[in-house]
Amino acid sequence: MITNDMTIKIGGEAGMGVESGGAGLTRALARGGLHVFGFSDFMSRIRGGHNFFQLRAGVSEVFTFAEEVHLLIAFTKDCIERHRHEVAAAGAILYDEALGVDPESMPGRGVLACPVPFSKIAVETGGDPIMANTCAIAAAAGITGYDFERIREVLEENFKKKSEKVAAGNIAVAQAGYRYAKEKYSAGFKYRLQAIGGRKTEDRMILNGNQALAMGAMAAGCKFIAAYPMTPATSIFEFITAHASEYGIVSKQTEDEIAALLFAIGAGHAGLRAMTCTSGGGFCLMVEALGLASMSETPVVVAEVQRVGPSTGFPTRTEQSDLEFAIHASHGESPRIVIAPATVEECFEAGWRAFNLAEKYQCPVIILSDLHLSSHLQSIDKNRLDFSKVKIDRGELLTRGDLEKLRDYKRHLVTDSGVSPRAIPGHPRSVYVTTSDEHNEYGYAVEDAETRNKMMEKRMRKLETAAREDMRPPLLYGDPDADYTFLCWGSVYGSVRESVDLLGKRGVKANVLRFADLWPFPIEKARPFLERARHLVVVENNYTGQLAHLISRCACVEMDTKILKYSGRPFSPEEVIANLREEARIHV
Amino acid sequence: MSNLDDFLSPESPTWCPGCGDYTILKCLKEALVTQGLAPHEVMVVSGIGCGSKVPYYLRSNGYDSLHGRALPVAQGIKLANHALKVIVVSGDGDSMGIGGNHFLHAMRRNPDITHIIENNQIYGLTKGQFSPTSPKGFVTSTSPDGSLEAALNPMVLGVAGGATFVSRTFSGDVRHMVETLVRAMKHRGYSVIDVLQPCVTFNKINSFKWYKERVYDVTKSADYRPQDRKWAFAKALEWGEKIPIGVIYEDTSTPTYEDQVQVLQEGPLAERDERERPIHWRVLAGEEKLKRAFC
Repeated sequence: MITNDMTIKIGGEAGMGVESGGAGLTRALARGGLHVFGFSDFMSRIRGGHNFFQLRAGVSEVFTFAEEVHLLIAFTKDCIERHRHEVAAAGAILYDEALGVDPESMPGRGVLACPVPFSKIAVETGGDPIMANTCAIAAAAGITGYDFERIREVLEENFKKKSEKVAAGNIAVAQAGYRYAKEKYSAGFKYRLQAIGGRKTEDRMILNGNQALAMGAMAAGCKFIAAYPMTPATSIFEFITAHASEYGIVSKQTEDEIAALLFAIGAGHAGLRAMTCTSGGGFCLMVEALGLASMSETPVVVAEVQRVGPSTGFPTRTEQSDLEFAIHASHGESPRIVIAPATVEECFEAGWRAFNLAEKYQCPVIILSDLHLSSHLQSIDKNRLDFSKVKIDRGELLTRGDLEKLRDYKRHLVTDSGVSPRAIPGHPRSVYVTTSDEHNEYGYAVEDAETRNKMMEKRMRKLETAAREDMRPPLLYGDPDADYTFLCWGSVYGSVRESVDLLGKRGVKANVLRFADLWPFPIEKARPFLERARHLVVVENNYTGQLAHLISRCACVEMDTKILKYSGRPFSPEEVIANLREEARIHV
Repeated sequence: MSNLDDFLSPESPTWCPGCGDYTILKCLKEALVTQGLAPHEVMVVSGIGCGSKVPYYLRSNGYDSLHGRALPVAQGIKLANHALKVIVVSGDGDSMGIGGNHFLHAMRRNPDITHIIENNQIYGLTKGQFSPTSPKGFVTSTSPDGSLEAALNPMVLGVAGGATFVSRTFSGDVRHMVETLVRAMKHRGYSVIDVLQPCVTFNKINSFKWYKERVYDVTKSADYRPQDRKWAFAKALEWGEKIPIGVIYEDTSTPTYEDQVQVLQEGPLAERDERERPIHWRVLAGEEKLKRAFC
C-alpha cells in the first residue's frame, strides 16, 4: 500500500465539469489535512475539446505536479487515448461504463480498468446527467478509501448555493459512486488516500495565485481597480469586484486596456491605491499609459499575468515571455519596478508590497505573474497569509497637517532620492498641475535643456534608490555548496525546487537561485550568489532566456546551460532533470 | 467665493495671436468664478494639442495627460474624488480621432464631467493635417487632393451616444460661451460642449467670418425643446448655411455614474478612511471571513 502520495488526473470535454470536479476533490483532500497541488489544462473554448485537471496529494507541502498518474478519471474515450501512457504501474483508470471501452485498450503494466456507471448513476440517483462528474470524484474517493464525509461536506457547500435539492441530488450520486468504486475496485488498488487526524479543517486554505494576489492588494488598502477582462488575469478583477462593496472599493470595467490603466492612473493621482490587471496583450495597450505614470510620477499597480504570445498566442496556456517587455515597455526611458512572485504566498505578498513600492517611488509597479501561477490550486496553512503582518508605507505622501503648512508647493521637487513629497489634489495649498510633457518642479511644461536633465536624472534616480533600499537579493534553496545552480523566476520555481530535492536523492548536489525582484535588478545583492555558483542553469518558460539576458547585461555573468520551454505547458521536475541530463551532459 | 485672479497662472499662453483658445481660457475662468468655485475644487484634465495646454494657463488642479486619453484619466479622478469639479479640455482629434472610443463609452456612463471639445477642424500643433471633423474634400498636407472621409459631428455623436447634455458654442461669442459653460458645468452628468473655433494659422476655410455668418442661437428658436431627443437630433444634424449653437439636448433624469456606485454614497473615496484609520482597516476586519471562503 502507498498512502497519501499520489496523482489523480481528470479529463474530458469542456463543459463536463472537469475543472469544477477537480477543484472539489482537491478541497475535499485538503479538508482531510492533506497538502495538495492542482492545475488545469484547458482549451480556449466553452464546450468540447479536451481539458484535464491534475492533482497531487501528499503529507507535506506540494510545490508542483508530477508526471506519473496513479488514477486517471476519464469522461471520454479520447481522454484514455491521450493519457493512458502516463498511468503508473498498478495504477487505475476510472471511466464511464457507458463509453464502452474495450478493457484490452488498457496500457498493461498492471493498470486496472475500472468502469463505473457515472452517467447512469447521475441520471438514476440524481436525476441529472450533469452530476456525472460528482459521481466520478466520489468514485475516486471510493477506490482510494478516502473518507466520504469530506466529499459530502464539499458537495453540500458547493451546491447548496444553488438549492437544497441540487445539493441532496449530488450527495446521493456521490454516495452511490463512492460505494460502487469502493466495493468493486478498492481491494485491488494499492494507492490510498487517508485523512490525517487531529487537524481542524479550517486551518488550511486552497487557493490560486490570482486569488492570493487579489487578497494581498485588498489587504494593502487597494481602493480602485479598473480592468478589461483577459485570460488569465480576469479572476483577479472578479475577486476584487466580488468584494468591492463590502470593502469600499471602486471596480470599473472599461472599454479597453488603454482606458483601464488610465482610469487607475486618474484614481492614483487623486489619492487612492489603484490598480489594473491584464495579460501580455492587454499590457501592450497599456504601454503608453505606463510612460504617463512614470512621467507624471503617479503611483499605480499593474498585475500582468503572462500567457503565451506573441499576439493572441495560446490564450489559456502558460509562458514567461514578458520580462524584458515589462522592464522596457514605453518609449523613452522611465522608472518602473517589476516584481515576480513564484508561489501562492508570494502572490499575496506581492499584492500588498506593490502598493508600498508604487507609493514610495511614485511610479508604476508591475507584478509579473504567469498563467500557471495564477491558476493552479495549492494548499497553504491559513496563518501563512497573515494580514496583520501587512505593512502600509505610503511614502512621501503629505498629510493633512503637512498640507496646512505648505508654501510654494513643488510637486516634482528635485531630491536626492528622486522622490518628491506628494499632495493629493483638493487642498487650497497644493494646487498644482502635472503633465506628460517634460516639466519643471512645479509641473509646468518646459523645453530647456537644464531642467530636462535635472528632471530626467531625478526620475531615474528613483531606480537607484529602489535597488539599494527595497529590491531583494535572489533567494537560495538547497545546499549552498552545490555543483549545479538553477536560476529561475515565477511559477517555474515549484518544479525546479523539487528537481533540486530529487537530484539530491540521486547524489547530485544542486540548488536553486530564484529571482523575485527583477527591476531595478539588484546587481550588488545578486553578485555574491552568482559568483559562488559553479555551473549556472537557467530554467525559463520562454524561447530566448530572458532572465539569462538580464543577468548577463546587469551582472556580466553568463549561463552554462539554458533549459527553455515555450510550448505553453509548465515544466515538471522530471522534465527539468531530463533536460539537465541532456544539456549539461551529466548522468542522473 | 473666488475671483478671476485666483485662476491666474504664472505661465503665459503660447498660442498664435487670434487663436480661439484664448477665448476658451477666458470664458472658462469666468464660468468658474460665476459658480463660486475655487482652484482647489476644480480639476482640469486635458489631452495633447494646442487647446490641451489650458491646464498650464489656468491655476487649478490640472493633469495634462496623453493625446486622446483625457477622458479615462478624468473618469478615474472623478471616481476617486467626486467632490472635485472635473473638466476635460481636448481637441477634435483628441476627442474623436485617437480618443474616439473613450468618447463613446464616457457617453454611456454619464460621469459628472464637463467635456469641452475645442473643434477647429484641423490638427494645428502638428501644423495642419485634416482632422475627424474636417469636411470631405478638405485640402491639407496629408490630403493634398482633398480628404476622402466625411466629417464627424460631435453633436450628432453626443445625442446618438447618450450624452445627457449636448451643446455647441462659438469662440467669437464670449457671452454665449460663458453661459453655455456654466449651464454645462451645472448639469449633473456628462456634458459635451462642441466649441467652434477658427485655427487662424492652418484652417483658412472655417475662419472667424465663416462661422460668424452661419451660427445662430438655437435656444432662442420658437420650437426650442432641449428635452426632446428627436428634436435635438434634428438640430444636431443641421450643418451648412445655418449652424445652431446653444444647448440642444438636456436630460436631467438619468443618474450620474457616481450616483449609482454604492461605495461612493458615503462620500468621496479619496477623502475617507485614511484620516483616522489605516487605509486597509476594512480588510483587516474582514480577514477571517475572506480566508474562510478558501477553507
